[in-house]
Amino acid sequence: MIYFIALIQVICMQIKTEEVLSDLIHKIIDISGTNIWKCYQCGKCSAGCPMVDFMELLPHQVIRLAQIGKWKEICEANTAWICAACLTCSVRCPRGIKIAEVMEALRQVVLRNRLSNKRLNISEERIRRLPPIALISAYRKILE
Amino acid sequence: MKGTPPRKIGVFVCHCGKNIAGVVDVNRVVEDISRLESVAFAMDYKYMCSQPGQAMIQEKIREKGLEGVIVAACTPNLHEATFRKAASKAGLNPYCVEMANIREQCAWAHQNDPEKATRKAVEIIRTMIQKTAEDKPLYEGSIPVLKRAMVIGGGVAGIQASLDIADAGYEVILVEREPSIGGHMAQLSETFPTLDCAQCVLTPKMVAAGTHPNIKILAWSEAREVSGYVGNFTVTIERKASGVDWTKCTGCGMCMEKCPIKIPAEFDRGLGVRKAIYSPFPQAVPNKPVIDREHCLHYAKGKCGICQKVCEVGAIDFDQAPEIIKEEVGAIIVATGFDIYPKENIGEYGAGKIPDVIDSLAFERLLSASGPTSGEIRRPSDGKIPETIVFVQCSGSRDPEKHKPYCSRICCMYTAKQALLYKHAVHKGRPYIFYIDIRSGGKNYEEFVARAQEEGVIYIRGKVSRIYQSGDKVTVVGVDTLLAKPAQIDADMVVLAMAMVPKEGSDDLRKVLKITADKNGFWTEAHPKMDPVGTTTRGIYLAGCGQAPRDVPDTVAQASGAAGKVISLFSRETLSLDPMIVSVDEELCAGCGLCVSVCPYEARILDEKKKVAIVNEALCKGCGACMAACPNSACIHKNFSKKQVLKMVDALS
Repeated sequence: MIYFIALIQVICMQIKTEEVLSDLIHKIIDISGTNIWKCYQCGKCSAGCPMVDFMELLPHQVIRLAQIGKWKEICEANTAWICAACLTCSVRCPRGIKIAEVMEALRQVVLRNRLSNKRLNISEERIRRLPPIALISAYRKILE
Repeated sequence: MKGTPPRKIGVFVCHCGKNIAGVVDVNRVVEDISRLESVAFAMDYKYMCSQPGQAMIQEKIREKGLEGVIVAACTPNLHEATFRKAASKAGLNPYCVEMANIREQCAWAHQNDPEKATRKAVEIIRTMIQKTAEDKPLYEGSIPVLKRAMVIGGGVAGIQASLDIADAGYEVILVEREPSIGGHMAQLSETFPTLDCAQCVLTPKMVAAGTHPNIKILAWSEAREVSGYVGNFTVTIERKASGVDWTKCTGCGMCMEKCPIKIPAEFDRGLGVRKAIYSPFPQAVPNKPVIDREHCLHYAKGKCGICQKVCEVGAIDFDQAPEIIKEEVGAIIVATGFDIYPKENIGEYGAGKIPDVIDSLAFERLLSASGPTSGEIRRPSDGKIPETIVFVQCSGSRDPEKHKPYCSRICCMYTAKQALLYKHAVHKGRPYIFYIDIRSGGKNYEEFVARAQEEGVIYIRGKVSRIYQSGDKVTVVGVDTLLAKPAQIDADMVVLAMAMVPKEGSDDLRKVLKITADKNGFWTEAHPKMDPVGTTTRGIYLAGCGQAPRDVPDTVAQASGAAGKVISLFSRETLSLDPMIVSVDEELCAGCGLCVSVCPYEARILDEKKKVAIVNEALCKGCGACMAACPNSACIHKNFSKKQVLKMVDALS
């Protein structure tokens, strides 16, 4: 039994209430103005996304992971940075979830909290030095 | 052709649009059949069952003086009744009208071979000519109807059916096994999707049933024997010994208050306590207690007797014996309801040994304002308010290998409701639901599930594989199939949405009522689509979860449907009996009794004195089992005699 439990701890994704209720998720909800828990995982967003071939996590998987508070996985994936903000997903979502807005919120939260930079072509030193707002506006310029 | 029938027979060949005429050459069939001596008239028409088609048959019966009619068309299941009715209007005995099935058994079966199909159609009609020639005019018998109904089971289905029948002006006897009517619905907290309190909507109906002048409630009673037939049943009922003289008891509750014995209450799924003298809940109807003889000190040790001392009206009667009564009724509604599949049967979910893993009905009691915790959600082990609850749907349902193959139909909805109510009660709490599919078919049901999701109930798609205690927590191991990742949650409490199973004791009642049940023990309806409230026994109807898992609105609707059937039965003074039954030739019958044992409808008894089998014409359905079993050919099916069958076979050879 002890071995079994140890094994389970290693192989299983732990779903934790404190993660689900984390501040980051509230930030995402605030910025995007959408309730991610509405999502019932139909996959229509991923089905219509033009950039989906280049994404490490599909848009619906990002929402799913957000629902259970798995921030690390979301931040490490390139999805939010590949997203072209074409809004196809938001327009088509049957539950009215603004997926593109969630992606934007995700980008902002990542940059403001200096969570992950491996997807950005900016040196770590700069990220540490620059104010987050400068990073965001700079990033916007790169995108444009 | 040998044995030429002496009768004037008319043959009417139907095209059924292209269904028959597209394969079978109907003109040739009519031509071939017309040549037969016994056929007085033959014709074809596009749709025989249509109004003009029926009129043609009627016209020809009058014009040609036909003594027998064969309609070569579809299966008799479809239109035999139609044509018999039409023929009887033209003065022909309806039992001299036969169907020759050249659609299902010919045209549809041989679509690629029109030539052979045409020949087969002729053969089928020829055999039917032989049968029709020997058909005797039969007349329907009639039996009186006793306008009094019995409802077995006093849950919401039984209550609704009783009220509907009683309101129509007929007397109803409502038999309930427990001390009070109310059933499982009385245990529920709030009901989906409107979240109105179950007690608030149910108790007015309970009171209405309890005070209705046409309803007699026999609580703490069970049906032990049923004899008779539609319109004329005799039911033997055991009134179990309650130990309390209910005619004297005022329902003051003093006895229950003073009784020193405390035992886990069944009504609270073992989470609360009751006394040895008890009534299941405060709003009970009738509000009279019963003594649990197994736990009462008086019966165990001959001591105590406190209840007797405190009872001001002297209602306690320790020596009360069970009473057997007989009731005569014309119709019976079976509303026996359901039980919860025991969680002990699922080893990987803790086999009932983990205190904080409870079934969904127990959680209803925790949510209920009148429950053991007065509506506060506290886990059974230490009374802590759980901050994480995992709900496991399909616990035992949709598992044909190990448990039950069917979907219990209400679990998706009540789990969403329970998770939502928990979220409302414990704001910091987080409910997780493991599901395989969310089945929310019903008015406003999908919207309700969406509401639960919006309010933060987290749905995880996957079946839980293991639940175990780890320290203070209960660990749930499952999978998130949408992410393709195994998932684990450390929960404070787990609620299992257990499968619904037929009420314990249904099998005994099945033998008493002589009705059938499916392989899962749910009552079998007369027809799954066209007669979902009837049974194969005329005069016995079904309502509620005893037939199949269903929610409250569907149960109430079905109960009203069953009541409607009973009321329509009672609207007649007499009932007609189908004359297509099997009689006994007393001279040939040796009284071996084989037919008595094979009869599925218990329509036969053996007259010991005369040593012959006797048929109860009201019960016989004319299935012919006795005819096949009888070694002496003494069983004679009216209009399906051995002579007829042999002549039909001869016609083919």
